[in-house]
Amino acid sequence: MKIKVTVNAIPYEREIEEHMTLLRFLREGLGLTGTKEGCGAGECGACTVFFNGKTVNSCMVLAAEADGAVIETIEGEATEGMLSALQSSFEKHFAVQCGFCTAGMIMSARELIHHHPHPTAEEIKEGLEGNFCRCTGYEQIVEAILDVTGSFVAKEVLTYV
Amino acid sequence: MYDTLDRSQLKNVGKSAVRLDVKEKLTGEAVYVSDMVLPGMLYAQIKKSPHARARILSIDTSKAEALRGVRAVLTGSELDYRLGLYVVDKYLLAKGEVRHYGEAVAAVAAESLQIAREAVDLIEVTYEVLDPVLNHMDAMKEDAPLVHPDLGSYDYIKAVFTPIPGTNIANLTKLRKGDVEQGFADSAFVVEREYDNPSVQHVPMETHVSIVKWGSGDRVTIYTSAQSPFTVRNLFCRTFSLPFNKVRVIIPYVGGGFGGKAGIHIEPLTACLSKKAGGAPVKFQASREEEFSLLPCRSALTYRIKTGVSEEGKILAQKMEMYWDAGAYADYAVNVTRASGYSASGPYEIPNAWVDAYTVYTNKPYGTAYRGFGHVEFHWGIERHMDLVAKTIGMDPLEFRHLNALRPGSITLTGEKITSHSGDVLACLDAVAKAIGYGKKSKEEKLREKESGLRIGKGIAILQKAPAMPSNTATAAIVKMNGDGTVSVAVGLTDIGQGSTTALAQIVAERLDFRLDQVFVKVEKDTDSDPYDWQTVASKGLIMSGNACILACKDLLQKGYAVASHVLKACVDDLGHDSEAVFVRHDPESRISWPQIALGYAYPDGKAIGGPLIGIGSYIAQGLSNLDKETGQGKPALDWTFGAHGIICEVNPVTGEYTLRKIASAFDVGKVVNPQLLRGQIIGGMLQGLGTAMCEGYIYDGSGHLLNPSFTDNKIPTAKDLPFEVETIAVENAQVDGPYGARGVAEHPMISVAPALGNAIYQAVGADLSHMPIRAEDVWRALHNKQPIDNWITKTPVGSCRSTPVLGSHSPSHALEP
Repeated sequence: MKIKVTVNAIPYEREIEEHMTLLRFLREGLGLTGTKEGCGAGECGACTVFFNGKTVNSCMVLAAEADGAVIETIEGEATEGMLSALQSSFEKHFAVQCGFCTAGMIMSARELIHHHPHPTAEEIKEGLEGNFCRCTGYEQIVEAILDVTGSFVAKEVLTYV
Repeated sequence: MYDTLDRSQLKNVGKSAVRLDVKEKLTGEAVYVSDMVLPGMLYAQIKKSPHARARILSIDTSKAEALRGVRAVLTGSELDYRLGLYVVDKYLLAKGEVRHYGEAVAAVAAESLQIAREAVDLIEVTYEVLDPVLNHMDAMKEDAPLVHPDLGSYDYIKAVFTPIPGTNIANLTKLRKGDVEQGFADSAFVVEREYDNPSVQHVPMETHVSIVKWGSGDRVTIYTSAQSPFTVRNLFCRTFSLPFNKVRVIIPYVGGGFGGKAGIHIEPLTACLSKKAGGAPVKFQASREEEFSLLPCRSALTYRIKTGVSEEGKILAQKMEMYWDAGAYADYAVNVTRASGYSASGPYEIPNAWVDAYTVYTNKPYGTAYRGFGHVEFHWGIERHMDLVAKTIGMDPLEFRHLNALRPGSITLTGEKITSHSGDVLACLDAVAKAIGYGKKSKEEKLREKESGLRIGKGIAILQKAPAMPSNTATAAIVKMNGDGTVSVAVGLTDIGQGSTTALAQIVAERLDFRLDQVFVKVEKDTDSDPYDWQTVASKGLIMSGNACILACKDLLQKGYAVASHVLKACVDDLGHDSEAVFVRHDPESRISWPQIALGYAYPDGKAIGGPLIGIGSYIAQGLSNLDKETGQGKPALDWTFGAHGIICEVNPVTGEYTLRKIASAFDVGKVVNPQLLRGQIIGGMLQGLGTAMCEGYIYDGSGHLLNPSFTDNKIPTAKDLPFEVETIAVENAQVDGPYGARGVAEHPMISVAPALGNAIYQAVGADLSHMPIRAEDVWRALHNKQPIDNWITKTPVGSCRSTPVLGSHSPSHALEP
């Protein structure tokens, strides 16, 4: 079947197989490999993208459902090579280690900030609950989001003994 | 050795330099193997065993082969290759018998993933199901079925390991120090108990994935999500009898490893599919379910500890028996057993010690390296046990540790003398004790208890680990100067997220006295162009690759000075340099810029000298030795990193539910190279340790089927599992032979989190836990003195289910009631 879909403000018209997921369409159909597959079962959040302004696990959505939809992915987050404020805050706070969860994490963080412009640490943890990260332990991600939303209280990185 | 300077004088080391790889990762530009597609690439799928133990009677692949788009089908009968890191015991595809649920029995490569899946479904395997041996303690019994009846015929590394043919014992590591029976006889108290933990999964967010092309003339190219390019290459070449220089291993960005991507895994089978498909590149990526059962896990452990202490609370003797559940293949489990055997007491001085550590084959998915390499598992036992001993003799656990922990002058289990440069475990302990207000409750805490009905407990635990590696472990670094005076650094160490590229760039900038932005360390690895590194494991990367980088920088500077001394007509000893130029120290106007000599200097008349400036540094571990097979004595440790965790926990005394108010973690890292990277390692490891402590574990039914190979049924921590407060503490007693005094700390934050939690829960409500993970229902059961349910192999009692705390005494004067 044929679908028309707008991804990161670029309109596409593509022939797809009916069983193809949105995740596979983005990665294999459009070459947007920044969005990752961590489990393929809607559990880990690595494949999170915006679908008509709301985040979805793109492994749980069929590409056919995206016909006529507006999709946003990590590739649309930076502008002409300039990191977004959210990305810059992740950079500053070392909120990235292996990087495999990062795209999904940025997407979920953006949605969280949309609903809570000034979230508390607890609201951030709640908002990121669907995104697994095995490397960072989340704390520096929480700090990055607190900082970009204006409520980060700077403290010593380490206590030296 | 390596430039131990005052921290205040360092310009790059000790600063939170931004990660070199962060922009690529934040924008989605970073390319992982799972993102890669090669021209003409085929997709592989694997037919897996639904049984834990069965005889393969027949495999019919005819329907699969007839399916359009299928380009290669393989079964075990065609592949006579065996693989094994230490004991060569595993066929690429099962032959004759399957030994665990999820084991590969056939493989397909096809033009699409969909066709490959269909083809695998069309393969028909008939089995004669056999009774599996699932519990590693059962597998130790004399009449147990043998997982590997041919163990006696397998190759293995004889200098280090001891398999026992005719049993399920893949290795026995022994250690004997002093006279343990005399020690018990001299003891006023003897305390004995058994501790255990189930198998767990590493859960890298990127599952194992490889693309292999078996090209013409046996030129093989492997793209793989792995930790150790050279180990993949070397073991691959040994398996197929290929020269090392014909096989190229390329590792781009890696989506996490945690030990699960050490060694070699799916590369050889994928290569065989490529060969059979006429040399087309073949990609295999494990599904999340396959990550749990086709690929290896962390071994389960049953650990029995018997400790004798004096009247004053000094440990006099300790007998330690470890039973490691290897699963179906020995892989890393035999070396986990060895490394845990020589470190079995944790950071305590034990004058009389006796260790028997067994690696036991069972019909379950097999164990491999996992962050901590056995130390997470056995510290659970040791650090719960030390609290039990302290309680038994009526001493505070902190005081007990102060009395018995290693300190300068102490002799380790293997006979190594601890010095003032070895690191200070008690400084770590005291720091976390202070950070959590150990031993008392604040006014606020008392109020919280009163208002909520919850009970607050504070627990501590200490830890140690050295790199578990061969005595001749080696690495190298190349620092190349570019024509503009910047440098590009190549090392074989892989950055799987830990941040080693950034830390090494800081070390290079420091040693060269260059600006950090002049230094680049690439993430991608390539065995054809990068210098050798043994493996990215064991927390040895910073110290060994760091030292190799320092040596390469010295070499580069020396070569640069040699050219500059000609150009400037000055003695080499009179030269100095900064980030821009080499100059004559007493005449700084007389200078030559780095770009002018980077690729060779050309005089005004056109004549040239020098050539491209390339610094080379080779480093090898020194002074280490194999351990005596009977006594375990020798020198296994390049360096010890010590640490401690302190936890404040709030427990519901009715339901057993608990939350973590605070965790404080301290490590003697020698020298902090990058505070934010260190903090990331500490918090990330701590939370991974909490996963192990709170919820993770493989659950099997009585036939050996894995019941929870998914995130739905095998929970890992999310952001909501973070303790409310996290404090990260650095102790800096310089490692004399480390780069700027630094030592490794990648694995350590995961160790001893579980016992600190167990100790805190005990302190809060008196629930005395001997197996992990600690779920709310386990706390409830312990509170009500009910037998813990063994959920790890359902309907088959194992491990701590059978054991109750044994508080015995060999001393007539201090008999204790159980």
